[in-house]
Amino acid sequence: MTNQLYGPVDDVAAQAGYPDDHPERVGFFTDTSVCIGCKACEVACKEWNGVPDTDLDLLGMSYDNTGDLGANTWRHVAFVEQAQPREELVDLGMPSVGPPGGQETAEPGRDVQWLMMSDVCKHCTHAACLDVCPTGSLFRTEYGTVVVQEDICNGCGYCVPACPYGVLDLRPDDGRAWKCTLCYDRLSDGLEPACAKACPTDSIQFGTVAELRERAQERVERLRAAGVESAQLYGEDPGDGVGGDGAFFLLLDEPEVYGLPPDPVVTTRDLSSMWRHAGAAAVAAAAGIVAAFVGSRR
Amino acid sequence: MSPRGERPMSPPAEFRSYYGQPVIKPPTWKSPDVPAYFFLGGLAGASSAMAELADLTGRHRLARVSRLVAAAGAAGGTAFLVHDLGRPERFLNMLRVFKPTSPLSMGSWVLAAFGTLSGSAAASDVTGRLPRLGRGAQVEAALLSPIMMTYTAVLVSDTAVPAWHEAYRELPFLFAGGSLTSGAGVGLLSVQPADAAPARVLAVGGAALEVAAERRLSRRLGALAEPYHSGSAGRWMKAGQALSIAGAVTAVAGRRSRVLSAVAGAALLGGSLCTRFGVYEAGKASAKDPRYTVEPQRERLRERAAKSAAAGFVPASEPGVTVGQ
Repeated sequence: MTNQLYGPVDDVAAQAGYPDDHPERVGFFTDTSVCIGCKACEVACKEWNGVPDTDLDLLGMSYDNTGDLGANTWRHVAFVEQAQPREELVDLGMPSVGPPGGQETAEPGRDVQWLMMSDVCKHCTHAACLDVCPTGSLFRTEYGTVVVQEDICNGCGYCVPACPYGVLDLRPDDGRAWKCTLCYDRLSDGLEPACAKACPTDSIQFGTVAELRERAQERVERLRAAGVESAQLYGEDPGDGVGGDGAFFLLLDEPEVYGLPPDPVVTTRDLSSMWRHAGAAAVAAAAGIVAAFVGSRR
Repeated sequence: MSPRGERPMSPPAEFRSYYGQPVIKPPTWKSPDVPAYFFLGGLAGASSAMAELADLTGRHRLARVSRLVAAAGAAGGTAFLVHDLGRPERFLNMLRVFKPTSPLSMGSWVLAAFGTLSGSAAASDVTGRLPRLGRGAQVEAALLSPIMMTYTAVLVSDTAVPAWHEAYRELPFLFAGGSLTSGAGVGLLSVQPADAAPARVLAVGGAALEVAAERRLSRRLGALAEPYHSGSAGRWMKAGQALSIAGAVTAVAGRRSRVLSAVAGAALLGGSLCTRFGVYEAGKASAKDPRYTVEPQRERLRERAAKSAAAGFVPASEPGVTVGQ
């Protein structure tokens, strides 16, 4: 089994060394066009996984008072309020366009548009967090997902800046890295993850990645046909910089508007080049020291 | 319209983000632990190689001091690394697996071996026991020393932190230069100027390598090099370069003066330390500003779109292209 660090992978669990009878790869398709921002996913995730509470913190930027994904937030509902040209807005039925009781903004011809999106760990095909983890705490499950083993993690923090999506963080009072497990414990019992179970609009869909990719493709085509030109899939392409995500999204604006990187690339793609440059520098340093001693008169 | 009257391929770049929040998480590595470790690891590596070469060329006082500094640097660096862990009591988990895809795993193994070998060499020297084993340990430590001088550059580059990852070609040379100047600093501080000729060569060579690597990094990274030049990172980098250059110049100019040589040695050690802090702070700053994450990626997408448009394909989901209803 070659250890591929970049590019499309047909069977990510097999690449990780699981025998051929491993379960199919599973993931999430989060369709933000039907997200109503209720945050039931955030709550269900915290409840099921025993993720510690955080103090009520009003961030003062929007209805999002969670902020971002982190050690204690494994689902995060982003909330974007923007003024858009009236003729570009398409009523998707649910959620309705704009806040209840008035859609106009101070700018003439522009109405309010609300975008909501439940963000989560992407369970990348090429997961930088897993690649750089020095203890083997982060591992690929038989379902093709990426999980931290809390009994092994020593809190070195390497996964934190390695993730191109800013998903992982260390829990301050505990010192270890935490993130979404795609409810590994529920999967083994044939249950869907808690967030998908709790989602009242099926914005969060759980299933095999193969099936979800088809569903996502159908949905984006339907929305485009209905006039939602901004609808785009994010993370579903096996040809992207992380080999495709196990958890991907349908977005109604550019990724960075939701706090997502527009073109993430797994850092380990360049690992061999990094070592080659370090090797050249090491040779230069060694040669310099030899020359300094051999060439100097006593 | 562009000055040449052509229609631009894509709308002008407009930076957008989620309420200005960072896209990636800034490193949780603590200061001074991690930059201090980078410094000590490089210092230990250079000292170890110097100890071996000093022995081979009959410079016994320099060999002894370098041997002790190599051991102390490795031990101190390890202590900083362990202290930086969220769960220090689990530091041995670093040697639980041997994982080539993780520079920290590779580094832990190298550090464990290097620390043991350089510690043994120093212990043998101090106690006078098992001289042949001590000598063998020193040779082996010296063979690992070039990795000690450079691998921490791979450690920081192998992240999503823009100012670190994009600088992966230059950082190893910057760190190698800093390791050489710090080793030179030890030599200049510890032996008589008459015996410090190799240290002076290393001071000049190391400082030149540092300066050249930094220049090249700034040129190649363009806007992404900003974090190295602004804020606290900029101050550390500037101080580092100034101290390294001043140290190298003083080492040569004051080559007959014990005092000036010692001053030069201290400046070189300080310069090497400051540069490591500068690199550390620059990475942190670049992670905290979503601009450094989003804009280069947007640029990449625009180039790709332009390329495929030139080849006759128009991607259906090309951002920014909105078809009226």
